[in-house]
Amino acid sequence: MSDFLKRYMASHLATIGLAFLLIALFAALFGPWLVPYDPSAQDILQRLKPPLWQGSEGIHLFGTDALGRDIFSRIVVGARVSILVGVSSVIISGLVGVTFGLIAGYEDKYAGRVLMMLTDIQLAIPFLVLALAVAAVVGPSLWNIIAILGLTNWVQYTRVVRAECLVLREREFIQAAHMMGISSTHILTRHLLPNVMSSVIVISSLLVAKMILFESSLSFLGLGVPPETPTWGTMISEGRNYIGNAWWVATIPGVAIFFTVVGTNLVGDRLRDLLDPRLRQIEG
Amino acid sequence: MANFLVSRLLYAAVVLLGVSIAVFFLIRIGGDPSALFLPPEASIEDIQRFRHLMGFDRPLIVQYWDFLSRALGGDFGMSLRYEQPAMQLVLERVPATLQLGGAAFVLSIVLAVPLAILAAANRGSAIDRASLLISLIGQSFPAFWLAIMLILLFSETWHVLPPSGRGGWQNLVMPAIVLATYSTAIITRLLRSSMIEVLQSDYVRTARGKGVRESRIVLSHALRNAAIPTLTVIGLQVGALLGGAVITEEVFAYPGIGRLAIQAIANRDFTVVQAFVLFMAAVIVVINLLVDLSYGLLDPRLRKGK
Repeated sequence: MSDFLKRYMASHLATIGLAFLLIALFAALFGPWLVPYDPSAQDILQRLKPPLWQGSEGIHLFGTDALGRDIFSRIVVGARVSILVGVSSVIISGLVGVTFGLIAGYEDKYAGRVLMMLTDIQLAIPFLVLALAVAAVVGPSLWNIIAILGLTNWVQYTRVVRAECLVLREREFIQAAHMMGISSTHILTRHLLPNVMSSVIVISSLLVAKMILFESSLSFLGLGVPPETPTWGTMISEGRNYIGNAWWVATIPGVAIFFTVVGTNLVGDRLRDLLDPRLRQIEG
Repeated sequence: MANFLVSRLLYAAVVLLGVSIAVFFLIRIGGDPSALFLPPEASIEDIQRFRHLMGFDRPLIVQYWDFLSRALGGDFGMSLRYEQPAMQLVLERVPATLQLGGAAFVLSIVLAVPLAILAAANRGSAIDRASLLISLIGQSFPAFWLAIMLILLFSETWHVLPPSGRGGWQNLVMPAIVLATYSTAIITRLLRSSMIEVLQSDYVRTARGKGVRESRIVLSHALRNAAIPTLTVIGLQVGALLGGAVITEEVFAYPGIGRLAIQAIANRDFTVVQAFVLFMAAVIVVINLLVDLSYGLLDPRLRKGK
């Protein structure tokens, strides 16, 4: 493990990315105990105060929003929703996508064709709009968002896992297991699954970055988590109305999203280079 | 070729049928929209009468069948909000979105293709590393935030571009940049890595051995062969790219189909959402069909086989 870490750290950029990601994770886990202010405490006298470096009148590092809430505290606490949604929805799409991919790659007659058709249907749906429509109908809640994002982003797993299974299926150890009368379930979970795991890890890390962006888009449009929970997307949407006289309200949460996503992408890229260089083509 | 075309078209029809089923049922999992169209003081009898009038009281499967048979005849239902045919509302907005999408597409090709070629031909150089960094950054922006930042700079601070609406080319600049950012990043990255792979292949080595000029190898041999995997992935990404158009149009109040869709969702105007998703799905399916057919143009070996 430490050997792997050493190889990972050989890339400076990837190390910086890991640092961004760890900061976001730390904020997501311990945010509420770290912040100087209550993230939802309003203070009308302190509204729209600029960040510290812009004028010394404030005591707020990143300034305050239109309700006088401390932006730094909201950014730190907001990490929790981004990370939670990013990771949970990727777990759901991974479970769905890998299962489909294993089945479609191993048994490519009937079930396989139906599953591949399902992926084509999924790909043909402008998912953001469908996610928005479903979110609007079922109402904004954290778990709804996780379920919607998870169930609309599994296609990449299915395609990659299926392609790898189609190759693995012809290898001797699988053929041998088959002839020894080992059950299909056992072959799928004990022999095929471990062999596709490195691709799954790489796809997952890159997908987390996308999910964080999707969550922020849904929150920005007011269809993410309920508005009282601070999230980076909601903060940008609120700050948008004050863009002319208080640029920091909308700008700073975007920087937080950007660094988290860059960090996650850098980690994903590095994992791909180390674990599975062939995936270069498939990613998107 | 004809067989291939027919089977692809049939498959596309089945996919669209699947999309229609998915969309119809998904946007109804929260119940029917009667309550939204009646005043709060409406009595239970009024609600019942409205539901009956709109056909919302029938089993969903019957409603779907009804919807499907009408849709095949070109009738996608009336917008509950605007009292106009839903598909007509969508189609009216297509030129605006096409203009925006076209501008963004041209922009990303103009930026990404030369960048990827230069990067792949000079692997490991400063320009190669710059291309990787550019595509990393381009993939990591939230589009709506980038849009607001551009408005902050070009409209609020320097007053050189209008922040919203549609009209002259000035209205197109910022939305096109936002929309092109993600696709530029993706195309650069994919084209670069497939070009690098092609440049290491045997036939490129042979061409070099024969003394073919390097510029010709890169531009003719490598680019052509690297285009296929790149096109495939772009085809798969079309849905995501069109999704980006939705949010871009919303931030810039650009009157295209994306903004219409967002408004329809806010109004629970189911028929318009349905018409929009089906229209987009058809576009995505057709684009992927064209991508499949273009393989034959790019690679003569593939012309006969299918």
